[in-house]
Amino acid sequence: MNISTDPWVWISALCTIAIFSFLWRDNPFYKIAEHVFVGVANGWAVTFYWHNVLMPTLFDPLFRQGQLLFIIPFIIGMLYLTRFIPRVSWLVRIPIGISMGYYVGASIPAVSQALIIKQIQGTFLTPQNFQAWHAGNLGVVWSIILFIGVICTLSYFYFSREHKGILGTTSRIGIVFVMIGFGAAFGYTVMARISLLIGRIQYLLGPWLGIVD
Amino acid sequence: MICTLLAGIFALAPPTAVHAYDTPDDGGGAVKIEWQLSADDMTVDKYEVYRSENGVDYKKVGLIGRGRNQIEDETEDGKDYYYKVAAVSDTVTAFSAPTASVASSAQWLNRRKINIIIAVLVFGGLILAFIQHARRGRKLFVRKIAGLHAIDDAVGRATEMGKPILYCPGIGYIEDIATIASLNILGEVAKKCGEYDTKLINPHFDPIVYTVAREIVKESYTDVGRPDAFDPDSVYYVTDSQFAYAAAVDGIMIRELPATNFLVGWFRAESLILAETGASTGAIQIAGTDQVSQLPFFVTACDYTLIGEELYAASAYISREPLLLGAIKGEDWGKVIIGVILVVGSLIGLFTLFPVMQFFD
Repeated sequence: MNISTDPWVWISALCTIAIFSFLWRDNPFYKIAEHVFVGVANGWAVTFYWHNVLMPTLFDPLFRQGQLLFIIPFIIGMLYLTRFIPRVSWLVRIPIGISMGYYVGASIPAVSQALIIKQIQGTFLTPQNFQAWHAGNLGVVWSIILFIGVICTLSYFYFSREHKGILGTTSRIGIVFVMIGFGAAFGYTVMARISLLIGRIQYLLGPWLGIVD
Repeated sequence: MICTLLAGIFALAPPTAVHAYDTPDDGGGAVKIEWQLSADDMTVDKYEVYRSENGVDYKKVGLIGRGRNQIEDETEDGKDYYYKVAAVSDTVTAFSAPTASVASSAQWLNRRKINIIIAVLVFGGLILAFIQHARRGRKLFVRKIAGLHAIDDAVGRATEMGKPILYCPGIGYIEDIATIASLNILGEVAKKCGEYDTKLINPHFDPIVYTVAREIVKESYTDVGRPDAFDPDSVYYVTDSQFAYAAAVDGIMIRELPATNFLVGWFRAESLILAETGASTGAIQIAGTDQVSQLPFFVTACDYTLIGEELYAASAYISREPLLLGAIKGEDWGKVIIGVILVVGSLIGLFTLFPVMQFFD
């Protein structure tokens, strides 16, 4: 056993234990860790945005390099602050609208390609897709299961009619496919979370207590 | 005689048919150079690409390994460039003839993405048509969604127990559709809180979402004739650090003991932490997100879960906004079209040689 003498390792280990103590119940140690965590995160965010966003992408080009075009994003950004002046607080809608419009516009082609076009291509019952499974003749079976799953799941998310009759049947099959998918995702993620826990325990037993290498 | 012999031994055939052209379907700033490999490609170490702006002074701008016959060069739009490609072995460099001048430029249309343009136009057109339809006052049917009917019960339960309601919109930004849908539902929940005089707790991850949410909650209280009941401190910003936010919301759940937790919006790994903590307090939990990887946790730890698009539909159903109802209708027709494309495309792919897959590359 070779306990660390580094004060930062001690702080880190004690914070970890304080957060883990929540598993027992709410207690003063958890409260301290929670408030320190939130405070540090906010302090870090302010400095991060100042040094990595505002300075290099706005203030430096505008005030040091004299690129006057940057006055436009500067004014739009400043409109966020009008929220504190009740008479003109409605102006805050302008920067919010611009940022929403920009991000939605930029994401539509990417989402259409990744989530619609490519998914349709991968679902077709074609010889190429059968081979893509690398499962010999079973590729046909997997492709048919995938095809049925996609059609039935789409029908579950059809909101314009009550789920009765044929639509009721297909949507029930669809939700079974959805739940099987969730089950697989659940197991996979729990496994990943356990590896995070192992990482923290290794930290406590290794760099802090020196029990393991 | 010796010189001729050595030249014969160390001779290296240069690349031929070097062709430089403006990279098609891009935003400019690039030229593509292609060539036919040297006849001695097997003994070539690499190909070097040289560029000149006047056809006289060439500078090396790139290199690529043997067997490769194209490269892209970064350029300034509208400027003429000349290129040469050299085959390089240990001791010998054999230059090709220079290309004709070439200048790069931006194209208006990326032809490789025409299928996406068609998809966006078709689906966008459908949505716009249905929005117009809804705005004209025509009734658009949206089926009932299970989790929504729990909202009334959940607010009523909190009122009876004298406990608050926690509404957590997740860690999304204002441009995330799940966050926008969540804000619509927040408006309705806030109305019910105003009607029943139930305390609402609404902690936020993003300052802009917080700004919008505060206005929505305030407006909801005003709509139900209870502007005095609106507590400005009920909607507040916490932090934009994912797990610090999760730690803070966990603390709120344990200390304030809300009767109902709404976990509706855009979530990532904190979803299970929040849902498990909420479940441990015995609160009714209504969750909803479009993040497929987080839905399993909500399904297992919450009483009601709005799965994916149900969240958008719920927001339309609850608000009855023509814009949202039209969008849901348009999306429904989009699903019908996708289903038809899948069936027809599969039949074509199975029974003909028509390259149906190419349309979706």
